[in-house]
Amino acid sequence: MEDEMMEGGVVKKFMYVNRKAPYGTIYALESLEVVLIAAAFEQDVSLIFMDDGVFQIKKGQKTDGVDMKNFSPTYRALEMYDIEKLYVCKESLEARGMSEDDLIVDVEVLERAALQDLMDEQDVVFSF
Amino acid sequence: MLHIVNKSPFEKNSLEQAISNSKDGSAILLIEDAVYAAKSSSSVAEMVKGALGQKTVHVLGPDFNARGFADEDVLEGVTIVDYSGFVDLVENNGTVQSWV
Repeated sequence: MEDEMMEGGVVKKFMYVNRKAPYGTIYALESLEVVLIAAAFEQDVSLIFMDDGVFQIKKGQKTDGVDMKNFSPTYRALEMYDIEKLYVCKESLEARGMSEDDLIVDVEVLERAALQDLMDEQDVVFSF
Repeated sequence: MLHIVNKSPFEKNSLEQAISNSKDGSAILLIEDAVYAAKSSSSVAEMVKGALGQKTVHVLGPDFNARGFADEDVLEGVTIVDYSGFVDLVENNGTVQSWV
């Protein structure tokens, strides 16, 4: 295992499941930090945004009034780290009165059943 | 009386509890992740509309805007307040209860 790692030949499937709204808690920002770490190790990374996590990638965030950093532009930079597998839960969007047009990044919108299959085929799943 | 809610209505039932446990004539203020309840369309909009008949509902504008919603995205009947409006609500409504 260690030898394989040393050779740099091991690529695992890492999935990050984002279920929290941004700003109210630190989960969304922390997840983003960990995602960038995985990217640095050139792993096979995918992200799911479901439940309140869909709010993380809502267009038009303006945080001047709350004295917090608007970290939503960072999601657009993920592409530069070859993180292009972004999935969004269709049912979560609908419950929140949102559509794909409300999102700041290109994503694949999937139903819960399809997301379950995606989670099932991962080596590692991180929950935030 | 002023009831302050700061949790997402999609994740916790704090807002539902605040609505059911507050007297008619009360004011409800949505801050932090509770501002999602002030959107004009969502699965919780009906619950908020139902409260509007008997209570006033307010949303903290800076928290609403931070989360990607413009003032025109607010549910009809919900008032947008700034920080000084928050202070006015506290001053004018007597006792404050936070539904954390």
